[in-house]
Amino acid sequence: MLIYIAQRLLVAIPTLLIIVMASFFLMHGAPGGPFDGDAQLEPEVLENIRAAYDLDKPVPLQFWLYLKGLLRGDFGPSIVYKDFNVTELIAVGLPVSLKLGLSAMLLAVVLGGLGGIIAALRQNGWVDYTIMAVAMTGIALPSFVIAPLLALVFGLYLSLLPVAGWNDGAVANMVLPVIALALPQVAIIARLMRGGMLEVLGSNFVRTARAKGLSEAQVVSRHVLKTAATPLISYLGPALAGVMTGSVVIEQIFNLPGMGRYFVQGALNRDYPVVMGIVVVYATTIILLNLLTDLAYGVLDPRVRRGYR
Amino acid sequence: MIPVLSVKDLTVQFALGPRQVIAVNGLSFDLGPGECLGVVGESGSGKSQSFLAMLGLLARNGSAAGSVRFKGKEILNAPKAQLQRLRGERISMMFQDALSGLTPNLRIGRQLEEVLMVHRGLSRARARQRALNMLEIVKIPEPEQRYNAYPFELSGGMRQRVMIALALLCKPDVLICDEPTTALDVTVQAQVLKLLDDTRRHTDTAIILITHDLGVVAGLCDRVLIMYAGRAVETGSVEDIFYQAAHPYTRGLLRSVPRLDADPEQPLPAISGHPPILENLPAGCAFAGRCDRYIQRCAAGVPELRQVAASHGVACLRAEAAP
Amino acid sequence: MSRPEAQLLGSESVAAAGGGHVSASMWRQAGRRFAANRVAMASLFTLGLIALACLFAPLLSPHTLEDTYWEYILVPPSLENSHWFGTDANGRDLFVRVFHGGRISLAIGVLTTLVALTIGLAYGATAGFVGGKTDGVMMRAVDVLYSLPLLFFIIILVTVFGRNIWLIFLSIGALEWLTMSRIVRGQTLSVRRKEYVESAYAIGLPAGAILRRYIVPNVIGPVIVYVTLLIPTNIVVESYLSFLGLGVQEPLTSWGLLISQGAEELQVAPWLLLFPATLLSLTMFCFNFIGDGLRDALDAAQR
Repeated sequence: MLIYIAQRLLVAIPTLLIIVMASFFLMHGAPGGPFDGDAQLEPEVLENIRAAYDLDKPVPLQFWLYLKGLLRGDFGPSIVYKDFNVTELIAVGLPVSLKLGLSAMLLAVVLGGLGGIIAALRQNGWVDYTIMAVAMTGIALPSFVIAPLLALVFGLYLSLLPVAGWNDGAVANMVLPVIALALPQVAIIARLMRGGMLEVLGSNFVRTARAKGLSEAQVVSRHVLKTAATPLISYLGPALAGVMTGSVVIEQIFNLPGMGRYFVQGALNRDYPVVMGIVVVYATTIILLNLLTDLAYGVLDPRVRRGYR
Repeated sequence: MIPVLSVKDLTVQFALGPRQVIAVNGLSFDLGPGECLGVVGESGSGKSQSFLAMLGLLARNGSAAGSVRFKGKEILNAPKAQLQRLRGERISMMFQDALSGLTPNLRIGRQLEEVLMVHRGLSRARARQRALNMLEIVKIPEPEQRYNAYPFELSGGMRQRVMIALALLCKPDVLICDEPTTALDVTVQAQVLKLLDDTRRHTDTAIILITHDLGVVAGLCDRVLIMYAGRAVETGSVEDIFYQAAHPYTRGLLRSVPRLDADPEQPLPAISGHPPILENLPAGCAFAGRCDRYIQRCAAGVPELRQVAASHGVACLRAEAAP
Repeated sequence: MSRPEAQLLGSESVAAAGGGHVSASMWRQAGRRFAANRVAMASLFTLGLIALACLFAPLLSPHTLEDTYWEYILVPPSLENSHWFGTDANGRDLFVRVFHGGRISLAIGVLTTLVALTIGLAYGATAGFVGGKTDGVMMRAVDVLYSLPLLFFIIILVTVFGRNIWLIFLSIGALEWLTMSRIVRGQTLSVRRKEYVESAYAIGLPAGAILRRYIVPNVIGPVIVYVTLLIPTNIVVESYLSFLGLGVQEPLTSWGLLISQGAEELQVAPWLLLFPATLLSLTMFCFNFIGDGLRDALDAAQR
C-alpha cells in the first residue's frame, strides 16, 4: 500500500510542476504584455516598471524566481491591482470558492449517487425514467443557463431566495449557487452510478450471492455497492474540475467574492501573476483530490492494493 | 420413496423484443434423495436455465411455468422470501468459473460466513469455525490463511472448492452443479469430481450435475438426462445411456468422444449440421436436420418421451433397439 | 431423403462464413433501428430546422445584426412591430442576432469537434495499434491531462494570444481530444485482439487491408456516437468563454454572448435570456438524443 501511495506522489509532483511551467511559459511567451493597453508611457518609465516586476530578466530566470516565491507561499504582486499581492487576493477569494465548490461536490455525490442507485434498482420503471430525464436536463443545460433561470424563478418571481451576494456564506445565499453548480455533476454522477450498478447487478458473483439465499438488500449492500461505485470514484477528479470551471461562472452570475472573479479579471487584463497564482491553486487542489481518490481505490479494491496485474 | 425434487412440464421462456423464445419446453423428471443425476446437453439446450428457473434466478425477461415440487411442496414461482430461505440452505447451486462467481473485493471467509449467519443465525465467531471446518472438508490446504484471502489470490482449483464449500455449508438436500469442471484443467477436474463423489457417499445430498462432458457423467452419476433444444430427448440410468443409447443425438455424442484406441487416420466422428436456433425451431423434431435416421414423419411433430425399458425413456420415432 | 437444413442455418453462421464481424448489413440494420427511434428522429428533424433557421431566418427580417434603433430599446417581443424576439439594451433586434449567433455557435461546435476528432483519432489509433509501452505512456499522459481544468488553459491561451476566432477553434479542439483518443484506443485495442483479425494476419492479409476492412469499421461506430456528443460540449465551451467575455467578440455574436447579455438584463428583459437559452438547450438536447439513439442502434446491430 505504501508503495502505491509513493508511486502516486511521484506522479503528482511532476504533474504540478509541468502545469505551473506550461502556464508560465505560455503567459510569458506570448506577444504583447500587460502594459500594452495602458496609455503611452515613456520608455524609461516602462523599463522601470518592467524591472520592478522582474520582466526584464530572461524568462527561465523569471520562472526560477517564481518557483522560489511559490515555495514561500508568495505568488508575487498583482500587476493590475497595484496595492495587492496575489497571495492576498487569493486569501480573500479562496475560502468562498472552497465553500462553494465543496458543498457542490458533496451535493453532487450524494444526490447523484442515490439517484443512480435507485434508478438501477427500479430499472425501466417510471422512477428510472424520471431520474434519467432529470439527469439528461442537467447534462444538456450548461450552468450559466440554469443559474440565471433558477435566479429568475426562485429569486424574482417567487422571492424565496436572494439572487446575489455572499453575505458571509449565509445558507440562504448559498442555496441557489450551490444547486446551479452541482446540477450538471449530479446528472453525470447519477448516470455513472446507474450504469455501474446495472453492470454489476448482471455479474456472475451477484448470481452466486443470490443463489446463497441472501435478500436483495443484502446482495446490493454487501456485494454490489463497492464495485459499482468504482466508476464514480474515477470520475471525482473530472467532477472537481467541472465544479471549478463552473464556479467561475456562478460567482459571476451571483456576484460572489470568490477566486473566479479575480481569475476572469486577470485574464481580461493580462495580469500574469494573478492568473498564474489562481491556476496553481486550482491545479494543486485537483491533484490533491486525485491523490485522495487514488487512495480510495486502494481501500476499495484489494487487487490494487496487492499489486495484482 | 418421495422424490426430493419432482419436476413436471417445466417450461421457461424469454421475452426477446416482441417475441417469446422457449428455452426449456416441457421438462419432467424426478430426483431421489442421495441420487446423482447428470444433465447433459450443448450450450443453449436449456440445461442451466431449467435450474435457474426453479430457484427463481432467471433474468428479468425470463418466465417459468409448470410444476416443481421440493419434498412435496410446490416451489416454482414461489414468493421471493420463500425462495431465499431455500437457496443455499435446502437447495444449493454452484456455477462454473469461480473467479467471476466470487465477489472480488470480499474475503473468502466473509463470503462463507454470511451463508451461515443468514440461514442459521450464527454469530460471526461460530460461523467462522464452521466455515473453517468446511474448508478442511473440501481439502483446502492451510485453511486459516486462505480464509482471509481474496478470490484472486487463490488458484482455480481452490476457488472451485470454495464454491463447493459455499454450497455445502448448510448441508442442503439438493446440490446443483452447473458445469463445475469446465473451466478447470484435467487433474483439478478429477479432484473436484472426487470431492463431489465423497459428498455423495457421506451425506444424503442429491446432486444434479449439469455438463456437456459425458466423461464427467460416467464417473459420477446414477442417472442421466439428455437435453436438446429445450427438451429431454433421452433419460435413463448410466448403464442405459452408455451401453444402450437409443436416441440418435445421444449416440452421436457418444461416438464423438475421442478414443485412445481409435484409428488415427480416420476423421473424428462428429454430429453434422449446426446447433438449433431457438428463435426459429422447426415444427417437428428439433434434431431432424442433423439426424442420420431421419424420415418424413420426423418433421410432422415433436416426438414424445416413451419408455423403452424400466428406467429408460427416449423421444424419437426411430429409437434404436439395443445394438 | 431431404434435410431441412436451411431452417437451421442462422444469421450467425452466415456472418461467420463471411469472415467479418462488421458487414454492410450491420450499417443498414443500425440505420433501420435508428429510424425506428422516434425521439432520435424527432431530434434530427429539430436540429435540421434549427440549422436551417440559423442560415436563413435572418433573411426574413428587415433588420440586420448591427442595426440599432434608439427608439426601441429593451422592447419585448411582439408580432406587430418587426421585432419578433424583442430588442436588447442597444436597440438591436434579437431575432436576427439569435440566429446569427446560432451560426457562429454551431460552426464553432462542429469545427472544434473536427479538430478534436483529428487529434484524438490519430493519437488513439496510434496508441491502440502500437500497443505495449508506448500505449501505456500515451494513455498515462491522457489520464493526467484528463482531470485538469482544461478550460483554464483555454482561458490562458485565449488571454495570451488574443481573442481570435480561429484560435478559439484550435484551442478548444486541442484540449477536448482526450476522451476521443481514449475511445479510439479502446476500440482499436479490442478489435486488434479479436480472433478474426488474428486469422486475417495468419492468412497473410496486408496490414492496410486489415485496417480498412476490420479495424476502421469497428472503430467508427463509437467515434460517431462520441462526435455527436462532443459537438454540444464544444458549443457549451464556446458559450462559456463568450459568457465570460473571453470568447467571441463584437461585432460577431454567439449564443453564449447573448446569454451573458441576457443574464445581465434578466429582471427587466427576460426574453433576452430566454430565446438564446432555449435555442441552445434545444440544440443540446437534440444532439444528446441523437447520440443516444446512435449508440443504441449500433449496440443492437452489433449483437
